[in-house]
Amino acid sequence: MTGEVAVLGAGMHPWGKWGRRFVEYGVVAARAALADAGLDWREVGSIVGADTVRGGYPGYVAGATFAKALGWQGARVASVYAACASGAQAVGIARAQILAGLADVVLVVGADAAPKGFFRPAGGDRADDPDWLRFRVLGATNPTYFGLYARRRMAVHGDTPEDFAQVKVKNSALGALNPYARYRKRVTAEEVAASAVVADPLRLLDICATSDGGAALVLSSMEFARRHGVAEPVRIRAVSTVTPTYPNTVLDLPDIATDSAAAVDPAAETFRASIARAAYEEAGVGPEDLSLAEVYDLSTALELQWYEDLGLCGEGEGAKLLREGATAPGGRIPVNMSGGLASFGEAVPAQAIAQICELTWQLRGDAGDRQVSGPRVGITANQGLFGHGSAVVAVR
Amino acid sequence: MARTRTPVVADWFTGDSDDFTLLGTRCSACASVFFPREDIHCRNPWCAGGDLAEVPLSRRGRVWSYTDSRYRPPSPYVTDPELPWEPYALIAVELESERLVVLGQAVPGVTVADLTVGMEVEVVPGVLHEDAETTWTTWHWRPTGVTA
Repeated sequence: MTGEVAVLGAGMHPWGKWGRRFVEYGVVAARAALADAGLDWREVGSIVGADTVRGGYPGYVAGATFAKALGWQGARVASVYAACASGAQAVGIARAQILAGLADVVLVVGADAAPKGFFRPAGGDRADDPDWLRFRVLGATNPTYFGLYARRRMAVHGDTPEDFAQVKVKNSALGALNPYARYRKRVTAEEVAASAVVADPLRLLDICATSDGGAALVLSSMEFARRHGVAEPVRIRAVSTVTPTYPNTVLDLPDIATDSAAAVDPAAETFRASIARAAYEEAGVGPEDLSLAEVYDLSTALELQWYEDLGLCGEGEGAKLLREGATAPGGRIPVNMSGGLASFGEAVPAQAIAQICELTWQLRGDAGDRQVSGPRVGITANQGLFGHGSAVVAVR
Repeated sequence: MARTRTPVVADWFTGDSDDFTLLGTRCSACASVFFPREDIHCRNPWCAGGDLAEVPLSRRGRVWSYTDSRYRPPSPYVTDPELPWEPYALIAVELESERLVVLGQAVPGVTVADLTVGMEVEVVPGVLHEDAETTWTTWHWRPTGVTA
């Protein structure tokens, strides 16, 4: 088992469409996390920024951008881009620095300012870029991939659009309780069914929006936490950022085709399942130990997929688990107590950090009306473009 | 003036009627197939690496899944903003002998209501869009039960 790091502080800027620069959201989140930790920015030895590709050069060097905005104070800096897993990789770098003894306290920040409508590729004619090609050749937006996955579940597992809608009903009820969520209104199954189809079989209310937002964490060594007077901090026990195994046989964003399994049989588990397994192995826990999970519900159907990939139920049993209420508040394993992406929309580099903020507040008993009873172990799960994904295990 | 027919991506497909196929590459050492084509290095990490030769992919496969685009995709997808948006279906097709899944647009007129997972489809030449000088060509998937 790898060593643990302490979560001393968590902070967020509310998600929304605020029309301001990403830097502002990140700085608000960073200051909130520092205040939560009871630390001054000048005590931070290292800052790691999760990049956004939508803010020009400052977005590509997010760590330095946030450090300058907070006031240069000489901290070590790193910036990382890993699509939707950027925030988790930033946490992974922070953890590695702490465990290597390079820094006692590390600030991790991610923030984004998202455009209206579909995400689109960077400009220019780039026939060697799979993300550019899928738009140029197929017009394949992110929701069309979510639609493919959802239809596949319906055909293979018998899921229904009504099952998918119930994910939105559950998550919107939780988002209504979260002051950082963008959507604070409960949604009914009828409202989901009445919303426009975006990518058959998914409707507008099945698919997560794109949002502005910022999230930050203050991480430290266990020794520093003790010196700082925090005897029992929330601890990060695993950060999984594994890549797929060849051949990856599930069509993955932004690819036009899968790997071929003609020469090599595919692994028994999918990429998503391997992300979770690596986290479980590193943390020395299993799905039966979990008190809660925050999963990447880019679509309602994908939340059900994560139930299976996290081992909360068997393959094809995700919709049954939902119908039984196991993943609702008070259930055996509540999922997306934050309200999930359904309530937040996606602020790409901030989202995986926001998932850990929710675990932190839940494990400390600070989650207010959303509080899970007596949680001990939580997991996050996330997947992004280009073979990225993450899972983080936090304990108390 | 007649438009020039130009593939939207060079060397991904060939032929213009019954001889139309997608083009991939195959590793001479491990027989892994790649689409889109790999021309430099075999991506199988267990393979020491062999020559990559162009191969036509199977013309027929089975629907792995399908969806559609009910809203106009952003550029670089080319559409005429003056015209109302016409949704089109996207089909992910599993090729049995290559053991891979390839995404493509359905032929015009085929909607999600016409499709089921597991249905047999075949690859046919298609037109992505036209501008003043060029007809940009692509591949389409067509259910083999449809003769249109």
